[in-house]
Amino acid sequence: MKLAITSDGTTLSSETDPRFGRAAYFILADPDTLEYEVIENRQNINLPQGAGIQAARTIVNACADALITGNCGPKAFTVLQKAGIEVLPGAKGKVEDVIEQYKKGAFTPAKSANVDGHWV
Amino acid sequence: MILSIASGKGGTGKTTVATNLAAALECPVRLLDCDVEEPNAHIFLKPEITERETVTAVVPDVDLSKCEYCGACGDICQFSAIVAAGETVMTFTEMCHSCKGCMMVCPTGAISESSRTLGEIIKGVSGQVELVYGSLRVGEAMSPPMIRKVKEEVRTEGLTVIDAPPGTSCPVIESIRNTDYVILVTEPTPFGLNDLMLAAEAVRALDIPFGIVLNRCDSGDDNTHRYAREQGIPILMEIPDKREIAEAYSKGHLMIEAFPEMKVGFKNLMGECVKRET
Repeated sequence: MKLAITSDGTTLSSETDPRFGRAAYFILADPDTLEYEVIENRQNINLPQGAGIQAARTIVNACADALITGNCGPKAFTVLQKAGIEVLPGAKGKVEDVIEQYKKGAFTPAKSANVDGHWV
Repeated sequence: MILSIASGKGGTGKTTVATNLAAALECPVRLLDCDVEEPNAHIFLKPEITERETVTAVVPDVDLSKCEYCGACGDICQFSAIVAAGETVMTFTEMCHSCKGCMMVCPTGAISESSRTLGEIIKGVSGQVELVYGSLRVGEAMSPPMIRKVKEEVRTEGLTVIDAPPGTSCPVIESIRNTDYVILVTEPTPFGLNDLMLAAEAVRALDIPFGIVLNRCDSGDDNTHRYAREQGIPILMEIPDKREIAEAYSKGHLMIEAFPEMKVGFKNLMGECVKRET
């Protein structure tokens, strides 16, 4: 089981990043062992468009099973859904706390994007 | 000659100058309204419409049965309009800039050309003025491809006048590039001057000669005159701030209909542009 969490830092005690496409980092964690790796998302932060799509591609290629983030827009959601990755929006607080909340079943998979797109 | 009419600030009188200039001249003029997001020259010229044509842009269509999921299409796309993730390829055609790069790099020929509707090109005639305008589809976010289509109607012989959109971004550059002379319409206000300075910088970068038409010239302050003098930019024409001009405009009438004596001013403006075009 691999959980991708948007984060503004590189450790489990970092704060979650509410943004998906332009999140600073993705933390890829095993919720049981708490082993994790960090994927940088710097290349997406300054994209004029398509940051969500590219971020979704990163998550798909990292073979994550679920994504925990603050908000997920329509295009990113489409990519993630097509790849069969659960989107769990509404994350707040530290990455390690969010993992605990996940294990207690605090997140429900989204059926659609929870925010509008930025552009079209 | 191709004469384009632009401005930094919106609402300074581009269309007023373009339509009155075209109508005041006693020769055939082709007027291209390149403000495709809100074309309005036709409101004043009231042309008899002769032609309507739907304009489309090329976008990719992926045949997944031929796809080997190599990801080359997504790697070359700078706009995330096509993305290969895992065992799937998705297109977001509203973001596509029609470069066809994905089709060229696909090793299995899985990507073919499809199309997205950009809008409509409308042609009409009003006296000696032939008007062509583009009307972008509501919801379409990119106007430069539509502007390029309208500009295909440029005549190499005679006079073509281009009414550009406001600002200094891509749609404006697309409208005024490859034209012979640019008229920047402004008003003597701090906002007008600020945006005039940005527009002048953009036109200089394109290396096109340009001059200023000062609209509502007896309002505002003297700073635009001072700027023009310091920069050596000619003020080609000044249009007074008259209630009757605004009233005619509000009814969709040309200024030269309300004040026929102003025809001379627009003819002189054309002469100034011809003289300064190099």
